[in-house]
Amino acid sequence: MSAARPAPAPAPEAVTGGPLDIAAIRADFPVLARTVNGRPLCYLDNAASSQHPRSVIDTVSRYYETSHANVHRGVHTLSQEATDLFEGAREKLRRFINARSTKEIVFVRGTTEAINLVAQSYARPRLRPGDEILVSGLEHHANIVPWQMLCEQTGAVLRVIPITRSGEVDFEAFLTLIGERTCLLALAHVSNALGTVVPVERYIREARRRGIPVLLDGAQAVPHMPVDVQALDCDFYCFSGHKMCGPTGIGVLWGRESLLEAMPPWQGGGDMILAVSFERTVYNELPYKFEAGTPHIAGAIGLGAAVDYLEALGLERIAAAEHELLALATERLADVPGLTIIGTAPEKAAVVSFTIEGVHPHDLGTILDHEGVAIRTGHHCAMPVMEFFGVPATARASFAFYNTRAEVDRLVDALDVAREMLG
Amino acid sequence: MDLKDLYRDVIVDHNRNPRNFRPMPDASAQAEGFNPLCGDRLTLFVRLDGERIGDVSFQGSGCAISVASASLLTESVKGRTVAEAEQLFTRMHELLTRQDAAVDPATLGKLAALSGVREFPARVKCASLCWHTLDAALHRERAPVSTE
Repeated sequence: MSAARPAPAPAPEAVTGGPLDIAAIRADFPVLARTVNGRPLCYLDNAASSQHPRSVIDTVSRYYETSHANVHRGVHTLSQEATDLFEGAREKLRRFINARSTKEIVFVRGTTEAINLVAQSYARPRLRPGDEILVSGLEHHANIVPWQMLCEQTGAVLRVIPITRSGEVDFEAFLTLIGERTCLLALAHVSNALGTVVPVERYIREARRRGIPVLLDGAQAVPHMPVDVQALDCDFYCFSGHKMCGPTGIGVLWGRESLLEAMPPWQGGGDMILAVSFERTVYNELPYKFEAGTPHIAGAIGLGAAVDYLEALGLERIAAAEHELLALATERLADVPGLTIIGTAPEKAAVVSFTIEGVHPHDLGTILDHEGVAIRTGHHCAMPVMEFFGVPATARASFAFYNTRAEVDRLVDALDVAREMLG
Repeated sequence: MDLKDLYRDVIVDHNRNPRNFRPMPDASAQAEGFNPLCGDRLTLFVRLDGERIGDVSFQGSGCAISVASASLLTESVKGRTVAEAEQLFTRMHELLTRQDAAVDPATLGKLAALSGVREFPARVKCASLCWHTLDAALHRERAPVSTE
């Protein structure tokens, strides 16, 4: 080990058994100390992007300060250090989702790129006109549009499993839709717009029985619950770093090795080849076959640090803390006059989407921001969900483990201000 | 930056009770405005009597700023010539988007209530949607207008 090698991410201070020490955890996140419009920041937009603990920020800084060079190329010290850190991060990600091998961990820009990769490299060569891709009515645009583009390219048809008034995927309808022509099932593991946790296991079981591969959009799931791709028994799992305390511009496509092995490269360039001549190119082995060009090295290393941080806290304990916030927020918001919660599935991540009679979500967003409370307003990149519920937009509060019960109170108080002003 | 600069009484009133909020069966022109990110959507109707805007109305749904802005627009362009309305559009655009706007709000009547919007950059598109939609209607444009 070189002396210049970045030190491993320091463990968060709060690691002991039992419930999380939220005060200690908050001290790990520098941004939580700032004010917005003269009030302490109350950040409730975690489903859009989470904040970063000091350990992630420091890991990325240290990498740039001490060890940056291009990976997989040079024989010099920095290149070797950068490669070790980059590949070390891959191993952390492998362990994080319990993949069999690092060959199955493909670094991509994020969930969106992962889904596009599967659409173009896995599905496109296989699809014939009339074949069907099955998605649900809960999907984020990232799990709709790549398939629509694929359908235009191949003549395949996009079929949509309807959702229910509680915001759950309709399993009975799914059973009537999955069939001979279904070539792929692509499902959100957790809905970004409503927070619904989709019981994907039963969908996967039905698909596997019919030999149909399953892709899961795990962007909202990995930060909030333990995910084991082998136990899930799906075929592709996609997620983004920036929703799990990691940097933006980095994410992971996990795929079964046998499927990835059989897929052609998606993009061509450096790093994804073993040998190039003008007559013939030999592609690199997994996972590099899918990583053309210089990757987001610092992003991957930062994401590795985020994994360290989350694992040190424990995903089970994170889920428990967030669930407590969800229960409290749901209870408190239900008492706000004129407020309707959209998405009432029995199992939810810590996301509450809602509307308030007489106050448009966009106005709520501005008024809450004035109170220092950051929420998301709009269609949440899930316009079909908004259409189903007959609303142009919702307000969405999404909690992370570093949020507090007092912040739920601040949300409710800020809503009172908005209602008073406009209601 | 005070929230009351944005949500002035005139804005709150026009949001609660939008004026000229109705369809217009005998409209000589209409246009759609739609900001998909925030969900503001409106249809603007115009009846031209020669060069003059004989009647103007709107329908739709959106945030307080977009609804109040559209309501104020209808009150302020009714009876004006097309050329006058377009001039007003230019001045409103300047008022909403430029910190150094040379427009004297006092000359804008009730529309001056929207002068606080420029302090909230994310909301400028809400206030300007109806004005771009009016412009599209006057130019008989068919494609929906967006200010996002």
